[in-house]
Amino acid sequence: MRLHRLAKHYFAALGVALLALPFIVDAMFGHGWVRIADFALLYIMLALGLNIVVGYAGLLDLGYIAFFAVGAYTYALLGSPQFGLHWPMWAVLPLGALFACGFGVLLGAPTLRLRGDYLAIVTLGFGEIIRIFMNNLNAPVNITNGPQGISGIDPLRVADFSFGKAHEWFGVEFAAVHLHYYLFLAFTLLVIFVSLRLQHSRIGRAWMAIREDEVAASAMGINTRNVKLLAFAMGATFGGISGGLFAGFQGFVSPESFSLMESVMVLCMVVLGGMGNIAGVVLGGVLLVVLPEAFRHGAGPMQQALFGKTVVDPESLRMLMFGLALILVMLWRPAGLWPSAQRRRELMPDEAVAQQERDTVYDVSK
Amino acid sequence: MTSPSETLIELTGICKRFGGLAALSDVSLHIRRGEIYGLIGPNGAGKTTLFNVITGLYQLDAGTFNFAGRAYAHCKPHVLAQAGIARTFQNIRLFANMTTLENVMVGRHLRTHSGIWGALTRSPAAREEERVIAERAHQLLSYVGIRRPANTLAKNLSYGEQRRLEIARALATDPMLLALDEPAAGMNSTETESLKTLLQDIRSQGVTVLLIEHDVKLIMGLCDRVAVLDYGKKIAEGVPEQVRNDPAVISAYLGCGDD
Ligand SMILES: Nc1ncnc2c1ncn2[C@@H]1O[C@H](COP(=O)(O)OP(=O)(O)OP(=O)(O)O)[C@@H](O)[C@H]1O
Ligand SMILES: [Mg+2]
Repeated sequence: MRLHRLAKHYFAALGVALLALPFIVDAMFGHGWVRIADFALLYIMLALGLNIVVGYAGLLDLGYIAFFAVGAYTYALLGSPQFGLHWPMWAVLPLGALFACGFGVLLGAPTLRLRGDYLAIVTLGFGEIIRIFMNNLNAPVNITNGPQGISGIDPLRVADFSFGKAHEWFGVEFAAVHLHYYLFLAFTLLVIFVSLRLQHSRIGRAWMAIREDEVAASAMGINTRNVKLLAFAMGATFGGISGGLFAGFQGFVSPESFSLMESVMVLCMVVLGGMGNIAGVVLGGVLLVVLPEAFRHGAGPMQQALFGKTVVDPESLRMLMFGLALILVMLWRPAGLWPSAQRRRELMPDEAVAQQERDTVYDVSK
Repeated sequence: MTSPSETLIELTGICKRFGGLAALSDVSLHIRRGEIYGLIGPNGAGKTTLFNVITGLYQLDAGTFNFAGRAYAHCKPHVLAQAGIARTFQNIRLFANMTTLENVMVGRHLRTHSGIWGALTRSPAAREEERVIAERAHQLLSYVGIRRPANTLAKNLSYGEQRRLEIARALATDPMLLALDEPAAGMNSTETESLKTLLQDIRSQGVTVLLIEHDVKLIMGLCDRVAVLDYGKKIAEGVPEQVRNDPAVISAYLGCGDD
């Protein structure tokens, strides 16, 4: 009972902190950082989607950003001067999610027989195909505007309320980045809720069974084809929603935003944070968005202060530190920074059991 | 309902080749409902291959395969599980990083229905189904004699417990035929003895048992009938006493140099 009350307080405090966050960040670091917080939320949604495919079902997908692209382009094409269409957000976002879901199934289907490295290579290819399509669908009929991308995308808007304009309530000014923050926060919480419910369900168990041993899972009566497709579809849906929000937020999309590097980045969030654990994946998303940004802003001035000039280009330094951080985490915390309770148990008592076994063997040999 | 002598599974002329190797050639056998049927033979005789064929992991090259009155050649594993064939694996294949309870709950997958919608809304029906699944899984865990906390990871169980957990998981699918691939391997004699009691009890619940075993004592004490495979061929079949004294069987085992 007391624990329950404690948990309630904890969640209340967390809620207040999340609501106050954009204002605190704004006051301390400025508007630009609220914008970064917005991006962090978009990436968290992506990472949670990929977590379903990689973390739950154990299917290594290196082309995941394709679904983000599908969501973003759906929004861009239906809500911009490109075709003169200006469909409302409540229609376009779900449609983008639906398209992404469809593509998830479409791209998932041919990979069903593949595992591990082979699956990774094929999904990587699919991811690139989508990007290249977007890049080239400007001739003979111009659909995507090619490498120039689509600009002038409608802001996110519900009825008359636009998230793209500042609003004032109770004498407090809410800038566009603040409003987007709350919108994305709501979607992120929804995605977390869905992930949690799925994890502890019959379907979630089937995904994990496939991750653990596909042969045994099928022998136990799991239709591995359907269940894997379901994982691809769910993961892609999250990606599609995030993509739609991205397009509306950014006001501009181009194929550049959906490169392989982005897929790798999202995968890193999942793996670094703690595959299969929602809190870990959220942490991974936050760290991998915020740290590189902090580095970008900090590296130049710091070098100026230390050496009086810029020795290493901050951009390359950023990638270097990123690689280094990855290696260190994988060395010291192979299950991620915040692994699921299960994985923690997996590493701990295992040691004890192994030690026991060594002991007994030793006894027998004596 | 069903007479005891009714055939549950009938294999005729089963062939399975791997390249030039005939792992099974022209194997025919039938197992009656309620039997404990033993399958023995030297290493590499094709016993596990036969299991893989009847559980859909391998597709057979020739022959017919009827189960409960229907033909099942060239079916997917989950279809055969649905039809009522459950198995364990010679080299234990549990869901290592899932708990004992979850392992058994996965076995209930094919007899339950909740989908995405049920998971998201936690509708009363879905919640009730989930409760029944967990309850049944707890029952099965204690039925096979696993007394550890239900949240123990499968990989942290002892060898004997892992074998029993595989049996619990298989039983969770409500099978008509339970196929066990060397369940006593690696067990000590007390564990083997309790396994024997367990299998007898399973049979008394109306489940037909197909048993691969190298432990001759267990086979002799447990099985109603036994078939012997050697180099992919069935060389003998009958009640244990009769098979034990069959000259072909003796020479197969002697020729192979073990047992
Ligand atoms: N997937 C496979 N590919 C190639 N050869 C195989 C395959 N599976 C089995 N075999 C071969 O088929 C033969 C029969 O193997 P099987 O595993 O059925 O024997 P077994 O009777 O179960 O032996 P054991 O008592 O050692 O378990 C062996 O020679 C084995 O090498
Ligand atoms: Mg075998």
